[in-house]
Amino acid sequence: MPYNKPLPQATPETQPFWDSLKRHQMQLQRCQDCREFYFYPRPFCPRCYSANVAWEDVSGRATLETYVINHRAAPRFEEDAPYVIAVVTLAEGPRMMTNLVGVDPDPGKLPPDLALEVVYDDVTDEVTLPKFRPA
Amino acid sequence: MGGCSFLIHVRHATAAIAAGMADVVLITHGESGRSRIGVGGQGAAPAQPAGQFQAPYGVGGPPTMFSIPVARYMQRFGVTEEQLASVAVSTRKWATLNPRAAMRDPITVEDVLASRLICWPLHLLNCCLVTDGGGALVLVSEERARDFPKKPVYVLGAGESVEHVNVSMMRDFHESKAYRVAGENAFRMAGLGTDAIDHTMLYDAFTHTPVYMLEALGIAQPGEGTSFFESGRAAPGGDFPINTNGGGLSYTHTGMYGMFAMTESITQLRGEAGERQVPGVEVGLVHGAGGMFSAGATLIWTNQ
Repeated sequence: MPYNKPLPQATPETQPFWDSLKRHQMQLQRCQDCREFYFYPRPFCPRCYSANVAWEDVSGRATLETYVINHRAAPRFEEDAPYVIAVVTLAEGPRMMTNLVGVDPDPGKLPPDLALEVVYDDVTDEVTLPKFRPA
Repeated sequence: MGGCSFLIHVRHATAAIAAGMADVVLITHGESGRSRIGVGGQGAAPAQPAGQFQAPYGVGGPPTMFSIPVARYMQRFGVTEEQLASVAVSTRKWATLNPRAAMRDPITVEDVLASRLICWPLHLLNCCLVTDGGGALVLVSEERARDFPKKPVYVLGAGESVEHVNVSMMRDFHESKAYRVAGENAFRMAGLGTDAIDHTMLYDAFTHTPVYMLEALGIAQPGEGTSFFESGRAAPGGDFPINTNGGGLSYTHTGMYGMFAMTESITQLRGEAGERQVPGVEVGLVHGAGGMFSAGATLIWTNQ
């Protein structure tokens, strides 16, 4: 059955992020002046406003910042419920929303600060989503 | 600015009247959240930040997004689901006194925890209603209000703030900067402290939103917002009455509740709240939420 859930549509500013996921090597932008990694993608550093930014590989390691366990599925996610929607803090600093995989949707097994690692989920031929599992 | 837009309209209207740019300002709200008449499609466009970085992970409306920070809040302060439930219990006590409230049967902490899980840690009774409704208010200058048939309410202070667009970019998940900045600005403009407040309306989209607001406004210490409700201080007979109409949790919530928080505050300041009237209300505070912890707005006003 074809994948029918919402898919991201890249913009010129975000295309390198989605391309890096497709290669299974996540990249984020890093300010070359103040050395801060940041997310969402944008053409300037949100910390010091420098336009001197570049895409760099990141480790894929993260910790669990916060999460919910959704029992009332969004449309087309019915078969997944209950599922975990999380915000993780990457080892390099930025945060991103994601899903947790490879772990029961049980608060007892999901303490904040849990160590995680990225899983590249090739949901279509064009799109790879970054998901996370316990490291 | 979402559900607190109407509070922000009051701030802007007050400025416009003071500047001579307007004489009479009508602020209105009407929404058929339940019947969904004239409501468009939901969901972010796939190229928008929310479409690229949130929608692919199965967010489905406010219960999945407004709730994102709560697990971190609970962990940081050791707050339990039982304590969050106490907010719904306190607010329902007020609703039993309001003949217009949608939900009037008393509930217990056990009832909240036994209601079905919507999006952990939120059970059904941790969530606001979805209703049809509307409201309006008229703003004029102090001079123009002098000979009105009804006693007016005077704006003393107003504040507004925006923190982020999408909740995944919230700065600190255990506290709201937007709520804090809006409150600080309103108290500074009014020249008052929290001890001056007789009656309080906090936008309760979910049981945790008034908790974050109490702490952001400096009424409760960080991590102690749920204890405030558990202790009975916010309930009928308590010394710091909050959400006396039954709130978004039990009175009404069309989708953008801010107007109803204001109308209850004004009803109390006018002494027209019937069985739920708080005695001796002279200064009221209203705090609204916009988006998913995205924006906050605070009003402080008086009948004096």
